[in-house]
Amino acid sequence: MAEATYPEDLRYHDQHDWVRVEGDSATFGITWYAQDTLGEVVFFEPPEPGTTLSKDQPYAEVESVKAVSDVIAPMSGEVTEVNDALTDSPERINEDPYGEGWLVKVTLSHPEEAEALLSAAEYQKLLDR
Amino acid sequence: MRRTPLFEQHAELGAKIVPFAGWEMPVLYEGIKEEHAAVRTHVGVFDVSHMGEVEVEGPGALEFLQLVLSNDVAKVAVGGAQYSCLCNESGGVIDDLFAYRLGTDRFLIVTNAANHETDLQWLGRWSREYDVAVRDVADRYAMLAVQGPHAREVVAATLEIDLPERFHVIAQNVGRRPALICGTGYTGEDGVEMLIDPEVSVPIFKELLLAGVVPCGLGARDTLRLEVCYPLHGHELTPERNPIEAELGWCCKEATGFLGSPAVASARAEGTAERLAPFTIEGAGIPRDGNPVLGERGEHVGVVTSGTFAPSLELGAGMAYVRSDLAEPDTAVEIDVRGKHRAARIASRPLYRKRS
Repeated sequence: MAEATYPEDLRYHDQHDWVRVEGDSATFGITWYAQDTLGEVVFFEPPEPGTTLSKDQPYAEVESVKAVSDVIAPMSGEVTEVNDALTDSPERINEDPYGEGWLVKVTLSHPEEAEALLSAAEYQKLLDR
Repeated sequence: MRRTPLFEQHAELGAKIVPFAGWEMPVLYEGIKEEHAAVRTHVGVFDVSHMGEVEVEGPGALEFLQLVLSNDVAKVAVGGAQYSCLCNESGGVIDDLFAYRLGTDRFLIVTNAANHETDLQWLGRWSREYDVAVRDVADRYAMLAVQGPHAREVVAATLEIDLPERFHVIAQNVGRRPALICGTGYTGEDGVEMLIDPEVSVPIFKELLLAGVVPCGLGARDTLRLEVCYPLHGHELTPERNPIEAELGWCCKEATGFLGSPAVASARAEGTAERLAPFTIEGAGIPRDGNPVLGERGEHVGVVTSGTFAPSLELGAGMAYVRSDLAEPDTAVEIDVRGKHRAARIASRPLYRKRS
């Protein structure tokens, strides 16, 4: 998508991830800003299902033609599902970063970590700095 | 940081600007993949005004260039172009460049931006014994590379100029100012490189865009050249590597007695410990510069000098210096990409072959 978008119903991590929390589970992805900065994503290296993620630690890699970038876990938990469609169509991360471009689904070990994440407005304020 | 005469144009087009060899250059406009595809299938234009130009003129010009350039410059007729290495006394590559013969005693050399000052010093130092003037004329030219299967027809129709044959140069007016149109490029596609007056570079650039030529950044320039295995100085070529291990023996004519020719001759005769080879990744993964190359028992056998996602091949590919016995097409190796061992295979050149 061409225009910067930051949905209100998501929580954001300052390392440019978003989280959709649903009870004890969550979906992670990277923000519009992250995909725009990286450019056309040509490769996504997901973690294995079952991998334990620690908040603020890298858990995956996204690569554009010229650059590689770590994806930082916005919350802690265990990977239950990875977006396999990205193997063949990593460009979905650019085209639909909050929808078909989601990265992993996670069972949260510390759901309370969500409270420290940013709202859409707070995240945009961070980007404007 | 220096800016080319087209900097404002790049900014207006929304280019992503990065520092490169002391210049602020566009790395991409819309996207590397799109720009890469435009050059492979249609036509793109690159601002390469950061590249340097050196004029070598005088009765001793040919004799002097035979000393400093690796190729046989005497083979170039007036109006011809030739690729060479500029070697140090140990045969290491100071720079790689095109020399254009503009007159019997007059040549123009196009240098890599990062090496321009070094080249000038080197040429100045060795020219003292010769009846020749070495002039830095980089400020005299803006340089546009128009590349792609439709490059020639679009340039001819838009600018109404004569086009040189491949590896030739024509001096003529472009935008009513003296210019040099060269039948060379760095993409593996047909096209021209135009050395034009900086004062008319903006209208010329705009005319090309109006004619449907796609502005392309250094990102696409790099993926395009890598797919056709053209070396990039600072990556495949360095003062510590000789042209033989870089597979540039074809542009070295030791019989001319150029600086470094004894070292090049012995490398050619005895072989080198490592050789430059292209490779592709077999499955997932994108190799990057500096990644170690591993043999079948996991032993270190080389290093990646350029690695990228290759848009025309749609896979990870690159070039690497590897132990000479392994530098043969179809040899299986592994690339250590940030700790993950990716299966790869040495390939034959070029990785991508132009559609005819």
